Amino acid sequence: MSPMMLTRRSLLGSVAAVSAVGLPRFSLAQSPADVLVIGHVAELQTLDPAQAVTISDFRILINLYDGLLHYKDGSLDVEPGLAESYEVSPDGKTYTFKLRKGVKFHDGSEFNADAVKFNFDRVLDSKHPYHNTGPFPFVFTLGPIEKVEVLDPHTVQLVYKEPYAPALSMLAGAIGGLAGISPAAVKKFGKDFSRNGGGAGPFKFVEWVSGQRFVLEANADYWRGPPKLKGLVFRPIVDENARVSEMQSGGTDITIEVPPDNIAGFTSSPDFTYYQQPGPHLWYLVLNTKTKPFDDKRARQAMNYAINKGAMVTDVLKDTATVASSVTPPAFTWAFDSALKPYPYDPAKAKQLLAEAGYPNGVDVTFYVTESGSGMLSPVLMGTAIQADLAAVGIRAKIETYEWNTFLGKIIPALPADVAVAELSFMTQDPDMHPALALRTGGAVNSGGYSNPKVDALIDQGRQETNRDKRAAIYKELQDVVYDDAPWAFIANWKQNAVSSARVKGFELHPSFTTRFYGVSKV
Amino acid sequence: MAGLILRRLFMVIPVLFGVSVIVFLVISLIPGDPARAILGTFATPANVAEVTRQLGLDKPLPVQYVIWIDNLLHGDLGRSYILHKPVIDEIMARLFPTLLLAGAALVLASVFGVLLGILAAVGQNGIGDRLITVVALLGISTPSFWLGMLFIFWFGVRLAWLPVGGMTAMFGGGGVGDILAHLILPATTLAAVAGAVLVRLTRGAMLEVLRQDYIRTARAKGLSERRVIYGHAFRNALVAIIPVIGLQAGFVLGGAVYIETVFQWPGLGRMLVSAISTRDILLVQGGVLVVASGYVLINLLTDLAQAVLDPRIRTE
Repeated sequence: MSPMMLTRRSLLGSVAAVSAVGLPRFSLAQSPADVLVIGHVAELQTLDPAQAVTISDFRILINLYDGLLHYKDGSLDVEPGLAESYEVSPDGKTYTFKLRKGVKFHDGSEFNADAVKFNFDRVLDSKHPYHNTGPFPFVFTLGPIEKVEVLDPHTVQLVYKEPYAPALSMLAGAIGGLAGISPAAVKKFGKDFSRNGGGAGPFKFVEWVSGQRFVLEANADYWRGPPKLKGLVFRPIVDENARVSEMQSGGTDITIEVPPDNIAGFTSSPDFTYYQQPGPHLWYLVLNTKTKPFDDKRARQAMNYAINKGAMVTDVLKDTATVASSVTPPAFTWAFDSALKPYPYDPAKAKQLLAEAGYPNGVDVTFYVTESGSGMLSPVLMGTAIQADLAAVGIRAKIETYEWNTFLGKIIPALPADVAVAELSFMTQDPDMHPALALRTGGAVNSGGYSNPKVDALIDQGRQETNRDKRAAIYKELQDVVYDDAPWAFIANWKQNAVSSARVKGFELHPSFTTRFYGVSKV
Repeated sequence: MAGLILRRLFMVIPVLFGVSVIVFLVISLIPGDPARAILGTFATPANVAEVTRQLGLDKPLPVQYVIWIDNLLHGDLGRSYILHKPVIDEIMARLFPTLLLAGAALVLASVFGVLLGILAAVGQNGIGDRLITVVALLGISTPSFWLGMLFIFWFGVRLAWLPVGGMTAMFGGGGVGDILAHLILPATTLAAVAGAVLVRLTRGAMLEVLRQDYIRTARAKGLSERRVIYGHAFRNALVAIIPVIGLQAGFVLGGAVYIETVFQWPGLGRMLVSAISTRDILLVQGGVLVVASGYVLINLLTDLAQAVLDPRIRTE
């Protein structure tokens, strides 16, 4: 039969025949009950937590490496990990860790104080024989460590050059996993450690197929007891629509970062469970405080009043974010000032402030927008919505859009003099990090050129204070000062989301934005 | 013939050299650099300088290029500083999937494109011709990534006949049947545009030939229609069709970049996209070099095929 003779009847007939026979439904053929398949946003880059730079890598690595400290479930509070207890000296410079005994790395070697010292020396000392296994771009977040000393086989001391209160949060965070690397594995693999890894976490490395899958299996000897699942398979699915399709067709059991437009499709079905969790993230507009119009506080406040942030998080972001009030995200429950309410949407007030600042007829500004970027949510849509809101109060923003990498090069360390506004976002593990880099006078990422002696003093106090309640009071005051002085327009705090099949039990997103699969099971 | 092959093979060297210089320059000239790509919002000047030094990118550009060429001549494509592994390892892992996908798409496009083109030409202005022409027009006009998403939605999610992405099943996969099942949707998507171009071209070329006097002669001397079309007309139309198939081979290699992303195909295209966005210059260099070599090779084969078909080219 030539194609020309294919009649409509025969075509319909063949379709019906195929449907009746029922081709195999690929969705049902797959994952075994004790293995979890995860739709992951990117290809894994490295198995070395000291080298990892992306949140997507850390989401995997947190399951392979234990740090000295852990975050508690559901919060950014720290609890003992590979260290069973710790002590901070009164001057805030010395941290002493009592290590857990009998812990073995995946390769069978023993975890002890020498291992911890090896791991820190490797990344901090440029003369260390394995320093060439780097670079270690984010180790600086651990702070100014002077030396690491072994007091006895199960006691190790971190000595800082100056007090660094964020140390505990950082050691409990994903980068802190570097303390739990197996030195034997580093010595064995050298530069290829990043492709082989070796830790003491609940899962161990099995297989890594480029562009296809990254496989872990349960560590039966894990010190907290073996995990419930036998294995984890991370599938790199970069395209967000593809991630949704795989989830719908059963190709994955769980997917992190569902696009806002697809959430409703999952929440309305009993076959899926939807998760969301606010994290230590802030999306904001940097205002150039060095030049007109935002050298005037009133003009900066006008920006905060002019933007309809409520509509932005509901309509543009489909409730994947909440409205931000100031510099500290609410995920830092202990340091967040919940009494401080976000700037209300008040265009009339914005116009009035603008007029008081000397711009009764409005003002023209250049507005840098990025096409995408880690933590930037929907930067183009958000930029356009902001542009419309600003136009309504007379701030005529001319948008210039750049690819993320280019964008960063343009705005760090400082906005060009003729650029008044830029989008930016920041994720951090401790309330110190963001203001210290981006608000402190001369801070390395202080793109808006902001300077306020009061803010500088508070940041310094917060970094040195070892008592957490006193630290919290300092950050609350910092939030109030920054809120009023408005160096930025505070827009949104991102809520990370995920969808799993209803078969997945015991999963929770963590405020650190990492995914921990130790307690997860599949029925 | 041997002379032609040698001459053309010799031409490959300056072409690839040119490609490598251009890629190196373009990647280096676009704003943003690897250190910034790695550090993101933590790209402070001090951090950028430190990471740049650790990556060995603090040397002047020409020096970096000379080092790269020197290593290349020793068979070393360098080490990807994002994937922390030798570039050649990553390329070898990605090469087969891309060749498989592009090859399957090209075969599909050529077979269906040429066959439908002939059918359309033979039944010119008939219902079949019109139907084929409209479908071909749709094929050319439809963006392939959108067609891919549509296929995924219908055949992967709604009907669940075929897997929505990847190259093998996560469990017990990897057999020929498994890979074929994963190949159908991306290959068809990729073949759609290339095939449609071939339909239109084959139709045109055939119509042109069918009007020639020798076709009338062939019919007049009583040859069967099948022999007239496939033995006389098609053989001559093929001279016009072959170079376009060569062009389409280049097109499917290029198109693989976004089709691989939509279908999570673990090939070179997807590798290149992420390597470019992270400014992983050595990986980009290596990947482009391989793709460019493929391109050049296809062009060579195209020329040779034409030379076989058309004696006039051989003697030029």
